[in-house]
Amino acid sequence: MSVGVIMLVHSALHRATQVANHWLDAGCPVVIHVDANVDRKTFRSFQAGFADNPNVRFSKRHKCEWGMWGLVAASQSASEQMLKEFPDVRHVYLSSGSCLPLRPVSELIAYLDARPQVDFIESATTADVPWTVGGLDSERFTLRFPFSWKRQRFLFDRYVDLQRRVKFKRRIPSGLVPHMGSQWWCLTRQTLSAILEDPDRDHYDRYFKRVWIPDESYFQSLARLHSTDIESRSLTLSKFDHQGKPHNFYDDHLQLLRRSDCFVARKIWPNANRLYDAFLNAAPDNNRQVEPNPAKIDRIFAKAVERRTIGRAGLYMQSRFLDQHWENGVTSSRYSVFQGFTELFEDFESWLGKASGCRVHGHLFAPDRVEFAGRESVLNGVLTDNAKLRDYNSQAFLTNLIWNTRGERQCFQYGPRDSQANNWLMAKDPNAQISVISGAWAVPLFKSNHSFSKLRKQAARLQKIESDFLDVLRSPWAKARVRIWTMAEFVEAPMEPLQSIIDEIGKQAPHRLAEAPRMTDLTGFGQFLQNLKNQGMHPYLMGDFPVGSADPVENTPPRRPYLVQ
Amino acid sequence: MRLRRKQRLIRAVRKSQQLRIKQDHTGNIREGDILLVSTVRNEAIRMPYFMQYYRNLGINHFLFVDNGSSDGFMDHVAGQSDVSVWYTDSSYKSARFGIDWMNALKRRYAHGHWTLVVDPDEFFIYPFCDSRPINALTDWLDNSSIRSFSAMLLDMYPKGRLDEFPYQEGQNPLEIANWFDAGNYMISKNPEYGNLWIQGGPRARAFFPEEPKLAPALNKTPLVKWDKHYAYVSSTHALLPRGLNRVYEEWGGEKASGILLHTKFLDTFAHKAGEESLRKQHYRGSIEYAAYLQTLKDNPNLWCKWSEKYINWRQLEILGLMSKGNWA
Repeated sequence: MSVGVIMLVHSALHRATQVANHWLDAGCPVVIHVDANVDRKTFRSFQAGFADNPNVRFSKRHKCEWGMWGLVAASQSASEQMLKEFPDVRHVYLSSGSCLPLRPVSELIAYLDARPQVDFIESATTADVPWTVGGLDSERFTLRFPFSWKRQRFLFDRYVDLQRRVKFKRRIPSGLVPHMGSQWWCLTRQTLSAILEDPDRDHYDRYFKRVWIPDESYFQSLARLHSTDIESRSLTLSKFDHQGKPHNFYDDHLQLLRRSDCFVARKIWPNANRLYDAFLNAAPDNNRQVEPNPAKIDRIFAKAVERRTIGRAGLYMQSRFLDQHWENGVTSSRYSVFQGFTELFEDFESWLGKASGCRVHGHLFAPDRVEFAGRESVLNGVLTDNAKLRDYNSQAFLTNLIWNTRGERQCFQYGPRDSQANNWLMAKDPNAQISVISGAWAVPLFKSNHSFSKLRKQAARLQKIESDFLDVLRSPWAKARVRIWTMAEFVEAPMEPLQSIIDEIGKQAPHRLAEAPRMTDLTGFGQFLQNLKNQGMHPYLMGDFPVGSADPVENTPPRRPYLVQ
Repeated sequence: MRLRRKQRLIRAVRKSQQLRIKQDHTGNIREGDILLVSTVRNEAIRMPYFMQYYRNLGINHFLFVDNGSSDGFMDHVAGQSDVSVWYTDSSYKSARFGIDWMNALKRRYAHGHWTLVVDPDEFFIYPFCDSRPINALTDWLDNSSIRSFSAMLLDMYPKGRLDEFPYQEGQNPLEIANWFDAGNYMISKNPEYGNLWIQGGPRARAFFPEEPKLAPALNKTPLVKWDKHYAYVSSTHALLPRGLNRVYEEWGGEKASGILLHTKFLDTFAHKAGEESLRKQHYRGSIEYAAYLQTLKDNPNLWCKWSEKYINWRQLEILGLMSKGNWA
C-alpha cells in the first residue's frame, strides 16, 4: 500500500465509482472529494456505493469552479485526510473523476517503488512556457482575481483592465517563485506534508486565493520550496486545446491510448464504454517497466489545434471563410498565368505542357466559355466550362480550381479580352507566377480581317484594360511573382525569359530548353501599329516596333523552330 | 434585428394554431435529450430508413409536422414512443416553408435541448460520426461553449438516369445516390444576417447554369442548442440572434462542421418535382422545381467523370467540404 489516490469528482459519478473500485481492487486507498455543487441525495447514494470498503474516505466538500480556489482547497483537505488516515501511503496521486488508469495499477506501484523520493509534478516558470491562454501569464500572479471567469466574465475583464490601468501589482510572498503546470500531480508524503504543514501556509493560501487558476500553480510553486527531487512532468496524460480546455478521449482513441504507455489519462468522455471496459478489465499481465510515451497522441492533438487556429491554406468552405487580407494563403498551391504568349506563339499551350510538365489551360476567363486544358467541358471537382456560372463568383472559381487540382501545377492563359475580376486576387497571391508580354493583344487584331475603325476601337479598349492590369501588378500590394516584358523586348530574345519561367516552375530537373515555341509571322506588324497611330490611337504597351524595312522581324527568313545549344 | 426575431416568434405562435396534435409523446422527453424536428409531406417511403439512421446516431425524440400527407405517414410512426406528430393541411408557403411551425414547436419543447432540424431526405454527417454518437458531439460543443453547428447541404445523385434505380422502402438512399460534386461551391457572405451564402453543386450546374443567382442555397445550420428566444429565419439557412450564424472562422483557422447528405435525387424526384411545381408552395414560387422539371425532361443524368463517390466523413474532410476543427 504505497500509493494513495485522491479523486476530485463532480459529475458522471457512476464512472467515478468504477474507477475508484479499480484503484481499491489493486489495494490503493482512495480519498474522494465530491464537489459541493452535487446535491445531497446524489452524494448519499454515491457514498453508499462504497459502504463496506474500509479503504475509502470522503473528504470535506468544497465548491469547485474552474479557475478558482475551490479546487485547491479540495485537494488540500483530501491530502490531509489521506496522510492522516493511511499512514502507509508513500505517494499520493491526485486524479479526477474523468481520469482513467491505462496500465495495470501494479505497474504504477512498481514504477513509483523504484523512485521512492521522486515528486512527479509538472512545474515551470511562466517565462519559460507558452501554455497560457488569454494573454494572462505572469499577470495571474501579480493581479487579483476575485471574479469568476466563467460566470462573471464582464467583471473579470473590467477588473483586470482597471488593475492594469492603475498599475496595480501584488507582492509575491518572499522566497516563492511562481511555477505553473498540469494540476494532476503525484507527490511523496514527505513533500506533500511539508507543503501542508508549512508554518507560512496561511500566508501562502491567502496569496493564492486571489491568483487566477491557482490549481495550476499552488502545489507547483510550493513543491519547488520543499521537494528534493522533482520530475517536472505529469504522470497523467492530458491534452489541452488552444483555449486551454482539455481534450476528451473517445472509444476510437483506444489503440492510441494503449500505445501511449501512460499510467492515467484524462478526460475520458463518460459515455466512452469501450475505453472503460477495455482499461478497467485489463488483466494485470507481465510487469512491463516502460516509460510513458505520449508523443503520438501529442501529435494528433497538436494537429487538431493547428487546424482550428491556422487551417488549410487556400481553402474556402462553410466553416472557414476568411476576410480578405487575413487569408493564410489566398490559394492552396502555386500556379502560373501567361498573358500574351498564345498571341505571339502559335503552339504555345502544347509547347508549355511539354516543357513544364504542368496542366496547361487556355483562357480560363474567356468571355464565352472556360477553356480548360484539352477544351474539356468539366474539370476536377466538377467545375464546368459555363462562363456564366464562372463569372457569378469568379474568385470562387479560381480558388476552387487551384484547390481541386492540388498536387498538380496549373498554368493558364490570360488577357485583356478575358474577365478581369480576379486581377487583385492573383496579384496579391504569393502562389501566382504571372508573366505578361504587354501589347501582344494587338497581334490577333493585326491578323484579323475586320474594318480598321473597328480594330482601332478594340485596340484602344484592350490597351486600357491591359494597362489597368499592369498597374495592379506593379502596385506595392502585389505579392505574386510578376514578370513583364514589352512585346518588342520579348521578340528580340524570347528564349531567355521562357527559360527563366520554366526554371521557376521547376517541376523537371533544370535543363536547357531544346525547342522554342513557334512564333507567329509578324511581317508588317510595325506598319499595322503605325496605321493605328495615324488614326490617333497610340499603342504603347508593345514597345517600339520600327515601320517598314527596318522591322526587325521582316529581315529574318520565315521562322521555324530553332535550337539553342 | 431583435424586433425581427420577436416578429418571427409571434408569427410562429400564431401559425402554430394551425397545428393539430396527432400523437403526443412529448412527456417522454428527458433533460439532455437530443431532438429532431422535421416537416414531412408524402415522404412515408423514406421514413423507415430515416428513423433508423437517426436513432442509430442517438436522437432521443422526433417531432414531426405532417403537412397534409396522404400516403399513410401516420401508419409508420403510430405508437412509437419517441415520436410526436402534429398535423396541418394549411399552406406550407404561408408558414414560411414550415419554419413557423417548427419554430413554434421548438419554442415549446426544445428549450435547452440540442435540436437537429432536417428534411426527410437529409442525412447528417459530422466528424467521427462513424465512431461517436451524436451526444459526443453535443457534449463537446457544450464544453467548447458553441451553440450552433453548421452542416452544408451536399447534393447526392446516382450514376445514370434518375429513374434507372427505383428506391425501395427501408433502403439506404445512399446506395443509389452516392455521388457528389466535390469542388464547385461558391461562397459569399450575407451582410444582413452574417451567415454564409453557399451555392453550387449539381443543382447549380445542371439546372441553373444560365441564372446561377437563382441556384438554391446550400448553407445550413441544422444543429442548435435551442433556446425559446431563438428563431430560424429562412429555412435552416439563417438564425436569429445573428451570433448563431457565426459558424465559420474569419481569422485563419477552421471551425468544426458537418454535412447534410441530400438524397433528393432518387426516382421519386421526378414525380415530386411535378407535384411541387404545380403546388407552388416552395421558395420563389417553386421556380426551383419548374427548373428541375424542364431539365429532367431532357437528360436527367447528373453524373460526370469528375463526380466523386461517397465513402465516409473522412473523405469529405480531406476534400475540404467539412472540418474537424479542433475536435480530435
